[in-house]
Amino acid sequence: MTAFRALLYRDILLALRLGGGVTLAIGFFLLVIAVFTFGIGPDLPLLARIAPGMLWAAMLLSALLTLDRLMQADFEDGSLDIMAGATLNLELGFAAKALAHWLTTGVPLSLAAPLLGFLVNLDPGAIIPLVATMLVGTIAISFTGMIGAALTVALRRGGLLTAILVLPLYVPVLIFGVSAVQAALGGPTSFTSPFLLLCAISLASLVLGPVASAAAIRTSWQ
Amino acid sequence: MIKLANPSNFLAFANKIMPWLIAASVAIVAYGLYLALYVSPPDYQQGETVRIMFLHVPFAWGAMAGYTLIALSALGTLVWRHPLADVAARAAAPIGAAFTFVALATGSIWGKPMWGTWWVWDARLTSFLLLFFLYLGLISLWQTIEEPSRAARSAAILALVGFINIPVIKFSVDWWNTLHQPASVIRVGGSAIHNDILVPLLVMALGATLVFITLHVAAMRNEILRRRIRTLIRSQVEGGVEV
Repeated sequence: MTAFRALLYRDILLALRLGGGVTLAIGFFLLVIAVFTFGIGPDLPLLARIAPGMLWAAMLLSALLTLDRLMQADFEDGSLDIMAGATLNLELGFAAKALAHWLTTGVPLSLAAPLLGFLVNLDPGAIIPLVATMLVGTIAISFTGMIGAALTVALRRGGLLTAILVLPLYVPVLIFGVSAVQAALGGPTSFTSPFLLLCAISLASLVLGPVASAAAIRTSWQ
Repeated sequence: MIKLANPSNFLAFANKIMPWLIAASVAIVAYGLYLALYVSPPDYQQGETVRIMFLHVPFAWGAMAGYTLIALSALGTLVWRHPLADVAARAAAPIGAAFTFVALATGSIWGKPMWGTWWVWDARLTSFLLLFFLYLGLISLWQTIEEPSRAARSAAILALVGFINIPVIKFSVDWWNTLHQPASVIRVGGSAIHNDILVPLLVMALGATLVFITLHVAAMRNEILRRRIRTLIRSQVEGGVEV
């Protein structure tokens, strides 16, 4: 547990001090929203209707950009070798890394979303459901995204491959997240059921992500 | 069966059954097409376009069976580390992707006259499109990692993660939106399809299965030979360095 805490602290510190991580992701988030809006045109009622889906999709893309930071730097400077060879349980170590990734990208992106929502005429009633679904959904994004990062860590041009591998797995998160927000805005279904399913996916990814990523990293050392 | 797990025995067996497999798949598909295109009656609502189903449904089944085959082989790669398991998975991926593509394309052609549009973001279509993406991801992972044993295990992990995700994807998109008809061939209370259509459909399904098996055995044979050539070249190069 000490090792878990140490790794968590180290990864958070690295993410905060190294820079270029979450500020870049939020900048990208802003750009994607702007590009979407340029493409669709300044039709305010239309923007209000598609705002939750647009924000969710743009947040997903921004989070995707940060996935390579999960493993790449540790692979390049050899920390990953040390982790794989240490007495620390690799699954637990990766859980710490994914948790740090969620705290330093998932949470800031979720909190930035309602601010960007002002640009696309987001209904004020959607702010709380949007942030709630994003906070839960980004857990699944960090933990399953780590599988993609672990599979492609030693490869050249791994970043693009990570996106191809991981995006199909993100679709359920996106669907349940957006439908929960739509439901909160007065859709035909209730907010609770898609939200609970989203929580279920995130909980499952808490287990699946570290186990599968550790297995993927071990294949490189055998 | 255990004897076949040896690559050399498998090659000998594959060479022996190949002509029979080809003959059987051509014969069954030809008979199935004859039944589907001439014998079976046009649908009272959909008219002649219903015949697209005789290609669409068997290929969709094959696409899903192909992914199941890959996931089972992935288990074989990870648990027993059997080299043939990876050969089987790797050979099945492009065939499965092609079957998925045929199912999507025929569905799209069928959708135009029936639904009035080439594509709808309906549950079944979306989950099949995602299955296609999963296949493409697997193929690109195999192609990008150069070292074969690492590629095998990485792809096996991805295949299993994807396999766990398939029910989730299917469930999520089902819940999201639907236009495609629900399952009607196998269901509680017997099939909802009349025998005139069901029999050609089942013959075509058998034909598609045989086509899949034939292509798969041929691709596995090629993959084994490709690996042997690789080993031969490598031993030659290493021998050259020593001299």
